[in-house]
Amino acid sequence: MSTMAEPAKDDTQAKKALSAGARQERRLGWLLCAPAVIVMLAVTAYPICYAIYLSLQRYDLRFPNRAEFIGLSNYGAVLSSPFWWDAFWVTIFLTVVSVAIELVLGMGLALVMHRTIFARGTVRTAVLIPYGIVTVVAAFSWQYAWTPELGYLAGLLPSGDAPLTEQWPALWLIILAEVWKTTPFMALLLLAGLALVPEETLKAAMVDGATPWQRFTKVMLPLMKPAILVALLFRTLDAFRIFDNIYILTAGAHGTGSLSILGYDNLFTALNLGIGSAISVLIFICVGIIAFTFVKLFGAAAPGAEVKR
Amino acid sequence: MAAAGRSHATRWAIVNVVVVLYALFPVWWIAALSFKDPSTLTDGSYIPTDWTWENYKGIFQTSEFTRALINSIGIALIATAIAVVLGTMAAYAVARLRFPGKQVLIGMSLLIAMFPPISLVSPLFNIERSIGIFDTWPGLIIPYMTFSLPLAIYTLSAFFREIPWDLEKAAKVDGATPAQAFRLVIVPLAAPGVFTTAILVFIFCWNDFLFAISLTSTESARTVPAAIAFFTGSSQFQQPTGSIAAAAVVITVPIIIFVLLFQRRIVAGLTSGAVKG
Repeated sequence: MSTMAEPAKDDTQAKKALSAGARQERRLGWLLCAPAVIVMLAVTAYPICYAIYLSLQRYDLRFPNRAEFIGLSNYGAVLSSPFWWDAFWVTIFLTVVSVAIELVLGMGLALVMHRTIFARGTVRTAVLIPYGIVTVVAAFSWQYAWTPELGYLAGLLPSGDAPLTEQWPALWLIILAEVWKTTPFMALLLLAGLALVPEETLKAAMVDGATPWQRFTKVMLPLMKPAILVALLFRTLDAFRIFDNIYILTAGAHGTGSLSILGYDNLFTALNLGIGSAISVLIFICVGIIAFTFVKLFGAAAPGAEVKR
Repeated sequence: MAAAGRSHATRWAIVNVVVVLYALFPVWWIAALSFKDPSTLTDGSYIPTDWTWENYKGIFQTSEFTRALINSIGIALIATAIAVVLGTMAAYAVARLRFPGKQVLIGMSLLIAMFPPISLVSPLFNIERSIGIFDTWPGLIIPYMTFSLPLAIYTLSAFFREIPWDLEKAAKVDGATPAQAFRLVIVPLAAPGVFTTAILVFIFCWNDFLFAISLTSTESARTVPAAIAFFTGSSQFQQPTGSIAAAAVVITVPIIIFVLLFQRRIVAGLTSGAVKG
């Protein structure tokens, strides 16, 4: 509890005139952040601006000489297209369902990794493997598993069934692949939070007669809130850009294409840089809305935010 | 009491087996495929009937794969090292120091973590070609470390925020020099977070497909995920299924080694370091 009170005391001190120490602290802060800031700006600021600039152009790579500034027309074209809205709802569905499943499974996995008495090393190593495996490789494994005549899982279905060629079965299989692959990521971040829950506090709660469920919801969850937020935020943002799994499993056919697949197809298959960039910028805006909602909802627990005054 | 203990143990054993099966089943399947002879590839069995090394021999005869393996390891390790060092510095400042511009840094990392990589691919392609690092190691290391920095900063600052920094003061009161206080008190507390972050960042770099496929054009910097996508089978009459499966197993082995090495550190670090302080 003393750590909670500490920053508040610092705050009142900071409101006084800047002492030499505070100035020094400032300089050290800037100095420590400078390398990261310079790298991030140099490698992303220009490309980001360039992507926005491209989205305002009629720019077809097959006819580069006919490039011209057309304002927001690309955005109009994208937003009035059913392809955008189909991909949009597919992406929302995949994101919400897979992140929800991942949070529950990930918490379970984290508790197992944290609490298990036997074969703890084996369990932790095994759980890290799906996360470590390259998405493309895992996606190939799932694709082969569901391919009729080749895969063990396809063999369980009535013969002639090719689940990856029908919209709903394919969507659920994409979710399965996504959940399998990324639940360990969730679990790892949650485990990091779990390790910070003091054993003494849990014992004290137990002595006070708290049931396991109460210890989990009243003691562990509040202490783990920062870790949960980081895990949820990153997974939601990441799931929203889902690409590799869909690309390998269905290539976006049969109504399973996400927004990233739509953007990719417009950039590299249709070679339309203008439309493709507009889609990318729109995806970015959607993601911005998601992140804003998260930070507003969780307020002070947002990573890096100041402790509430 | 003993019976209760036994049933408790059995329950944990079952849970553990389920977890391990969950994690390993798809891996086992692709490993089984990699050992199958082309003629039995479609038999759908979990265990190859005719074990063969042909698929492995096939991929290791081509520099297409071996070179890609070297590229993958080198690029991911270098990018991880740089990202973790820069991330630790920034995260320490974010978690502990008071300075104007902190929110700007956080907002900027969030922007970068969110930006869809697809829209950065084409401008990066043009820029890298014009400054001559297209299709080189730095050409991939630079985007990888940049895009893993937000992950590093976020994860590390969440860790650093929870560290009881008062212990440093306490150590100084007890007569430790600032260097000793840092080395003996803060480093052991921060190490688990740094190692966990290193794992996440390495895997992020190792995993990338989109940059690898768009910012390389030859074997000189192409990493394994991109190389697999170009696999066509050892002969033109053969489906690449076996080769892809074999390559998949090979690039899974370094990950397993890496995970085994770091897993111990995570267990030792996360369970004793930060909690018992």
